[in-house]
Amino acid sequence: MTPNPCPSALWILFALFLCSGGMAQAGPEIQSWQTASGARVLFVAAPDLPMVDVRVVFDAGSARDGERSGLASLTAAMLTQGAGDWSADEIAARFENLGAELSASADRDTTAVSMRTLTRQPAMEMAIETLSTLLSAPTFNEADLERLRRNRLISLRQDEESPRSVGEKALYRRVFGSHPYGSDPSGTAETVTAITRDDLVDFHRRHFPAANAVVAIVGALDRPGAEELAERMTAGLPPGGRAAALPGVVDLEAPVMERVSFPSSQTTVMAGQPGMRRGDPDYFALYVGNHILGGSGLVSLLMEEIREKRGLSYSTFSYFMPLAQPGPFLMGLQTKNEQAEEAREIMLATLRRFIDEGPSEAELAAAKRNITGGFPLRVASNSDIVAYLAMIGFYGLPLDYLDRFTDRIEAVTAAQIKDAFARRLDPDRLATVVVGGRGVGERTAGFGGDS
Amino acid sequence: MRRILFGLLLFLPALAALADQAVHERTLDNGLKVLVKPDRRAPILTSQVWYKVGSSYEYGGVTGVSHVLEHMMFKGTERLAPGEFSRIIAENGGEENAFTGRDYTAYYQNLANDRLAIAFELEADRMRKLSLAQEDFAKELEVVKEERRTRTDDDPQSLTFERFNAAAYDASPYRNPVIGWAGDLDQLTIGDLREWYRLWYAPNNATLVVAGDVDPEQVFALAEEHFGPLEPERISPPKSRPEPEQLGEKRLSVMAPALEPYLLMGFKAPAVIDAAEEWEPYALEVLASVLDGGSSARLSRELVRGSQVAASTSASYSAFGRLPGMFLLSGVPAKGHDVGQLEAALRAQIERVQTDLVDDQELERVRNQLIAQKVYERDSLFYQAMVLGQLETVGLGWELADVYVDRLAAVTPEQLRAVAQKYLVPARLTVGMLDPQPIDDTHTEPSPVALEIRANDP
Repeated sequence: MTPNPCPSALWILFALFLCSGGMAQAGPEIQSWQTASGARVLFVAAPDLPMVDVRVVFDAGSARDGERSGLASLTAAMLTQGAGDWSADEIAARFENLGAELSASADRDTTAVSMRTLTRQPAMEMAIETLSTLLSAPTFNEADLERLRRNRLISLRQDEESPRSVGEKALYRRVFGSHPYGSDPSGTAETVTAITRDDLVDFHRRHFPAANAVVAIVGALDRPGAEELAERMTAGLPPGGRAAALPGVVDLEAPVMERVSFPSSQTTVMAGQPGMRRGDPDYFALYVGNHILGGSGLVSLLMEEIREKRGLSYSTFSYFMPLAQPGPFLMGLQTKNEQAEEAREIMLATLRRFIDEGPSEAELAAAKRNITGGFPLRVASNSDIVAYLAMIGFYGLPLDYLDRFTDRIEAVTAAQIKDAFARRLDPDRLATVVVGGRGVGERTAGFGGDS
Repeated sequence: MRRILFGLLLFLPALAALADQAVHERTLDNGLKVLVKPDRRAPILTSQVWYKVGSSYEYGGVTGVSHVLEHMMFKGTERLAPGEFSRIIAENGGEENAFTGRDYTAYYQNLANDRLAIAFELEADRMRKLSLAQEDFAKELEVVKEERRTRTDDDPQSLTFERFNAAAYDASPYRNPVIGWAGDLDQLTIGDLREWYRLWYAPNNATLVVAGDVDPEQVFALAEEHFGPLEPERISPPKSRPEPEQLGEKRLSVMAPALEPYLLMGFKAPAVIDAAEEWEPYALEVLASVLDGGSSARLSRELVRGSQVAASTSASYSAFGRLPGMFLLSGVPAKGHDVGQLEAALRAQIERVQTDLVDDQELERVRNQLIAQKVYERDSLFYQAMVLGQLETVGLGWELADVYVDRLAAVTPEQLRAVAQKYLVPARLTVGMLDPQPIDDTHTEPSPVALEIRANDP
């Protein structure tokens, strides 16, 4: 009664899989149209469960904040605090009394308002009526703004308790300088304090027209039902056209390093550069390459060098965050203060070696098998699909993006990865931020400050 | 606004999909329980192995051993080199990981539905044939210490919660942090891990859960093929280490570098496993939702928006522990208020549920949320399997997954008031607060230092 020591079914299946090659895998069937008001709609019918997910995305991210960093984020939060004749209490009750869920938030490129409801009535009708009202007629009540502002200031101070949060905010400032992507979407104490109700009203008026919106819908609706829903979501939005393109991102000219002294047992090390856009011609080469370098969890090169070989960190990663303009390439780790320099050097050496040598054929083949083999997992749930629809719609990716995804992964070569990494990343011009215990930093700084 | 009728005709396929939700169960001769929940929405599956062991099984001196062993499960077997498990799953397009809690240690793989045999062969292999080499252990222990620093030591709220549990429980092993005390981790040996593995990692101490686009009979046959040959182990259930009656309110403060205070209030309360009355834990669950089941619930409506004494606040309770736990309230005071005022406001909320009956409208909201959640959770295969694995592993039986929503929905206003009067009392209470410590002579100087960053290629 001992397990068979000979490799058995596993290896046979594995071998079969190796030979099966890349088979194109269809994604969900996406329908797309424009509302009368000019919003783009992407819809996937998902009749299995009696529920619907809606995500309305506006080109109204924190990159549109201007001087008022945190404006998009506060505007998004205020949408749920009063609309039409309803108070914050009433809006919350209108969703939750019938089991619906609502969220609104802003990242660098977008403001996204999402809801999930049962399709049964009156739950769905109530949710649609409420959501369309808070998108088109938010009240931006002064007293509610003051409350959200005070609480935002507290959460900004809590961010300062976290070395990772301090490090990430500092790194974005270093990577993007004065470009709007350099500011954190949550703003700073100074800018959040300065935001007025008029700023919110103006931001909503300028950035929430239907032409500036994408409506993503996944659920147990038919096409006419989805059309009706999208019309109601966008009919009352303010008039106006699409937002102008964001300014371009400038590459770093020289390496920069910021060390922040912090009363933590670990040092957080993060490094980065401007990376790539959504729809970038190098997207697939950089995506597959980064998967090998630091994007594939326990089996990435960074994980192997930092964690598996040396036990230096629990987590280490790298990623490209593609945005409307080139978003960041970021890598990072946390390790106890005494070995921060060693870990930083290994992280950078791993990047440098990957840029110099590119991936091996075996590494590339393994990465492709992981990405293409895992594709069905990524488009399995309604919540996965609605996120893809919002991304495809907002960034103007082709509607067959998901259908072609595995083929385009399969087409990437080791030479393309090496070439793309060499052109797009320069390890001699990285921004680095080191946040950690005393003795690490050359200067006393950081904790408790009012940055 | 106009009412529209869409959605109605779409109920038919929805009902058809909901019909095939039955869980199929079989127990192998060696004691491994296998649960299969077919869900044919997508050609994928999740495969999860749940072991009945976690930090609440640990005794003094070896805290954290369950979690370190979880890490070592990826470090090779008699047949596979360290890291091979993860590499094989990755090459098959899988997502995998593991998690350790107070009452369980669980391992999962999410895969396309034609890859189940791969997960089974690998999991069966490491169930009985783990390498546990000293050299791998020494490195992995350092990784876990880093994990502890990241998760607990450098996070003031998490640190407060750790010390709060240790103060609240006198004897219950729920006082142990899942990740282990730093001093215990320092002294942990490979011998401790080998003993822990021998004690708990066996088919008769595990539950295998598969959810997804699979045929139950085929899953049972595959399970028999891969796990069937494994020898069972003699398992001695851990001693229950009952918590003695608390003799008065406890208070602690945690002084740590931080900028904002944080308040925790925990009342010791029964769980389904030990409840005097079957309905009591369900009443406590519903009570947590009355207080904090969304933005329209009492704590957000009255303390964050109404009196504005809290910047954030929450209530939580789990009826499904292996041992009884706590009904927890927590929060961060709003600007201009201190933790004392927040504590007073939370106590007033408790007094209100002890005095006044919760009105029908609030209960109706909680019931509607429960019904909706039951539909929403079907959008996540992983979550569906997790509920089954967890209920089975804590000793309640997976069958509870089918009925607990009904039991929650059946709770009455009188029962809510009764559990509040019985359990939310000072003699069961521990109050913990984070007392932020300023850091002397610090200031921010984020001016850049340009320097050459060059590392040696290895």
